[in-house]
Amino acid sequence: MRVKSLFVAALCCVASAALATPAIQQWQSTSGAKVLFVENHDIPMLDVAVSVPAGSSFDTAEKSGVAGLTHHLLDLGADGLSEDDVARGMADIGAQFGGSFDQDRAGVSLRTLSSAAERDKALDIMSRVLQRPLFPEEILVREKARVIAALKEAETKPESIADKAFQQAVFGDHPYALQVSGEIASVEKVAVADLRAFYEMHYQAGGAVVAIMGDVSREQAEAIAEQLTVGLPSGAAPAALPAVATKIPASEQRIVHPASQSHILLGAPGMARSDPDYFPLYVGNYILGGGGFVSRLMNEVREKRGMAYSVYSYFMPLKQPGAFQIGLQTKKEQADVALELVRTTLAEFIAKGPTEKELIAAKQNIVGGFPLRIDSNRKILDYLSVIGFYDLPLTYLDDFPGKIEQVSVVQIREAFARHLNPQAMATVIVGAPEGESK
Amino acid sequence: MRIYLFCFALLLGGAAQAEVFERTLPNGLKVVVKEDHRAPVIVQQIWYKAGSMDERTGVTGIAHVLEHLMFKGTATVPAGEFSRRIAAAGGRENAFTSYDYTAYFQQLHKSKLALAMQLESDRMRNLSLAPAEFAKEVKVVMEERRWRTDDEAHALLQEKMMAAIYQQHPYQHPVIGWMDDLQALTVGDAKAWYDRWYAPNNATLVIAGDVKAAEVFALAQKYYGAIPKRVMPPRRNFDEPKQLGIKRLVVKAPAELPHLVMSFRAPVLRDPAQDWQPYAIEVLAGVLDGNESARLNKHLVREQQVASGVGVGYDSFSRGPGLFVLEATPSEGKTVIDVEIALRKEIEQLVKEGVSEEELRRVKAQVMAGEVYKRDSLFYQAMQIGQLESLGLGHRAVPLMLEKLQAVTAEQVRQVAEAFLQDDSLTVAVLDPQPLSGKPKRPSQGASHAR
Repeated sequence: MRVKSLFVAALCCVASAALATPAIQQWQSTSGAKVLFVENHDIPMLDVAVSVPAGSSFDTAEKSGVAGLTHHLLDLGADGLSEDDVARGMADIGAQFGGSFDQDRAGVSLRTLSSAAERDKALDIMSRVLQRPLFPEEILVREKARVIAALKEAETKPESIADKAFQQAVFGDHPYALQVSGEIASVEKVAVADLRAFYEMHYQAGGAVVAIMGDVSREQAEAIAEQLTVGLPSGAAPAALPAVATKIPASEQRIVHPASQSHILLGAPGMARSDPDYFPLYVGNYILGGGGFVSRLMNEVREKRGMAYSVYSYFMPLKQPGAFQIGLQTKKEQADVALELVRTTLAEFIAKGPTEKELIAAKQNIVGGFPLRIDSNRKILDYLSVIGFYDLPLTYLDDFPGKIEQVSVVQIREAFARHLNPQAMATVIVGAPEGESK
Repeated sequence: MRIYLFCFALLLGGAAQAEVFERTLPNGLKVVVKEDHRAPVIVQQIWYKAGSMDERTGVTGIAHVLEHLMFKGTATVPAGEFSRRIAAAGGRENAFTSYDYTAYFQQLHKSKLALAMQLESDRMRNLSLAPAEFAKEVKVVMEERRWRTDDEAHALLQEKMMAAIYQQHPYQHPVIGWMDDLQALTVGDAKAWYDRWYAPNNATLVIAGDVKAAEVFALAQKYYGAIPKRVMPPRRNFDEPKQLGIKRLVVKAPAELPHLVMSFRAPVLRDPAQDWQPYAIEVLAGVLDGNESARLNKHLVREQQVASGVGVGYDSFSRGPGLFVLEATPSEGKTVIDVEIALRKEIEQLVKEGVSEEELRRVKAQVMAGEVYKRDSLFYQAMQIGQLESLGLGHRAVPLMLEKLQAVTAEQVRQVAEAFLQDDSLTVAVLDPQPLSGKPKRPSQGASHAR
């Protein structure tokens, strides 16, 4: 009775949510950048993010770390501004300057008050950082030392050790296997010329996506997009990434570590952002291990047996298929039991798919919770960047609840079977139970 | 690239106070409503004025274990069903326990407020506390402790430092509890905790979002109003004895890099109108570490390159005593002694020469802009209200706090640095990194003979 009435209410949400979807405007700047804009004057502030295809997957194994350092040094000296000028200039007006970096994307973001004095100053600094970075030699030397220190520290952390081994097992020779910050030996070799060359090649206006959200007019947004991209490099587009080999052999690595818990990862190449199975895999993963306290993995490992605090699964949708990953931490003595439980749960899910009841519950959550995905300027800005960068339709948000509703049990089962083979997965156990380490 | 940064808790206060409404129900439950109509969503938070500082020796961790057990069923809502119903309503939910309070929250479409209130009010009164659920959940908490603390060198350093700083105050115990206590806890301890603290007159209900205050008050009366008021046990206010000289400790744990933490005893906000020092200390934290070119990062990381990362921590909101914390990770080839000397030089210079008007203006500009930015997060706005109410400061003090913060002078910043950054109230904690193999791979980096 309760479930039924909730379901009806959830459907009502869809209607009201659809009405509240932000109106996205899109155009191309004269420099060739793609611009996405949502005008909103509720709060006197402005959020801007510029993304370029310049993530760690554009590194080579020999120079792994160049992409990350290029991104990291952007605001450490640009066009007559020292690193202190940049940081203080932003702080003086209360502006927040940030960055994001992953395998695909390098991003620079700004949050500022929208009043003209603050906005103009913040955008002036941002435009110089983006378009005329200096990459000073002495700062590169200093920052390389800091990155190397952090990499050495990471080599002692079970979660970092596990992640590195996992990425290599899943992606092999593909650049998605490279650590996003590089390797100690390769970072040591990075020179200013590498950063300049990487910048010229990968920070091109033609590949840039400008997301603008907040208290400016369309006319102002157009001017901002010009200001931020007109001086970006232009030239031939860089070569596309090689394809990810989506089938991998089964593997299991047991790595010794003194931690009290074993850190377990298992998975395989998953799906690309453009995969036609995106929605069945997304909904299916919610049921398997994505849905907080109500997923199958959480129920089996934590709720029924108290074996872990955190257990999860996710697909990382990238330009190329990113990883499907299950992760958990559990005390060493029971690691093998927990791993077996996870494998059984996964294999059963892939073989049989979810139940109708589970699918209804998943849709209720994802569709009913849709308004929470777009309830702030920050969240909408992130959607603008993703929609622009991954060439999703401008109606992506409008279509989202409907796409979720259309997913069926059969689609989920078939999509999982197409993408994942439980017999051919990479497993990494750091802090493996005593006496069994290889 | 901050390696380990404490939360820089500036007073990001409330803007349009006219949109906040409050009422106390006859059973003592205080209800605060923040109307915000930007999106058709709501957040419900309930804050209990009971945190780990209300625990006693031997039962540490019980506040947090009870928080976990709150999801394990009532007379009418079976174990796990709370989460399932919130999920089916499209909601997100969780809870958190601190030294000072315990809070539970749900974020939902606005049409789901009644459901959230029904479920939350039910577990304020009717928790089952079945022994079997307790036995499973306490194992989950032990795994959480292994993950958060036992296998995390910096968390271990923090835990042992707090135990060294406080001789009497319960802040000496970790929120998650000592492992030995977790192993000894019983369902009876959980029951006693629940019966003692989970009452409407020991809680604040905060609802923020696309609601009308009058409707929220009516719903709150309907769902929470029938829960009887309870006589609260007297609260013990521990007055931590004065520290009589510097304390030093070394923690050995698997890691690569050494780390240094300097914690000074510092006052916190008790009277928003009369106090001035906590505001000046907030500004001091901003001058030292408010942006990438603030003093510590500029001098230690960028110029001297003695540290690969630095951080400052100060929270003026606290039921118990406060700390002003400086920390740094030495660069390759440098030691914790080097970074301690460098940090001490910064303090000396600041006390001697004071801070500039420019530095002061910069910190204040960040605070005022933060006031605008915070309106983008419904959750954060509700958090601030709940926290201030739980600490007894009251959410209505926010405009006054902002005013006082803006009024802080350069001389006041210098004065609080001089008054509180003193060796006699300092504890220095050092992480002495150990190789994973258990065998030393090189001589100790000076950690054990730092003076």
